Amino acid sequence: MAVQILLNVFLALVWMFLSNTFTGVGFITGYLLGLIMLYMMRHMFKSRFYLHRVWAVIKLFLLFFKELWNANIDVVKHAMKPKITMTPAFFAYPTELTADWEITLLSNLITLTPGTIVVHVSDDGKTLYIHAIDLDDVDEAIASIQNTFEKAIVEVTRT
Amino acid sequence: MTILINSVIILSLLLGTFFIVMTAVGLVRFPDAYTRAHAASKSATLGVLFILIGVFIYFWQIEGTYNSRIILGIVFIFITGPIGGHIMARAAYFSGVKPTERTVRDDLKEEYERKKRSL
Repeated sequence: MAVQILLNVFLALVWMFLSNTFTGVGFITGYLLGLIMLYMMRHMFKSRFYLHRVWAVIKLFLLFFKELWNANIDVVKHAMKPKITMTPAFFAYPTELTADWEITLLSNLITLTPGTIVVHVSDDGKTLYIHAIDLDDVDEAIASIQNTFEKAIVEVTRT
Repeated sequence: MTILINSVIILSLLLGTFFIVMTAVGLVRFPDAYTRAHAASKSATLGVLFILIGVFIYFWQIEGTYNSRIILGIVFIFITGPIGGHIMARAAYFSGVKPTERTVRDDLKEEYERKKRSL
């Protein structure tokens, strides 16, 4: 991905030299033309056309803000209940992510989203121990994390 | 236009204050350290975010100064807030703070015992 972006910037610079317009507008024009060229030559790269990945990152951000809002409504509901009726629990969550930064990102997202906090990451990085504020069903909680965040992160890192 | 901007600013400041007040209520009412960490790491983050956005829009639209440091502040709080919650919950667990009796399930216990033996 980094190689493609670098190549795109380089193509924009070449365009600026060809057309002799050293301005922001010239750079943007060259960048867009370079984007078209990269799109036409996308089969020559090992990884995907990089705009797919940029789009995946944007989707991850939107998902994150949506879940953050839900999380806060959840906490507010618990705090305003006349009688505290929560059933907290610690549960183990098996993750398929391998790179350290992916696990960090996943635990950050889990911590900021509805009713869950990562308490401990096992030494081999395969299991996250999560504290849930109101646990009805462990399998359901695990599945919901897997289907939203882990899928979105895998979508970003997929080559 | 000014009315619209003002109402956005007021709404965002009100929401931020509301979430921070709810954090305080949660800190008082929740039964143990872990559930309190929930309130502290979520609502406080979003509350500060809303207040900073309100301040940013105010200085940008009303005073006419575009202050990018506020945006950076939002980003930094977003990165550090959840890590603070995580570290405090983890330190509490591994120094032996008991969770509340309502806790229905404890998978972390085995890991804790194993770690204690290996020390």
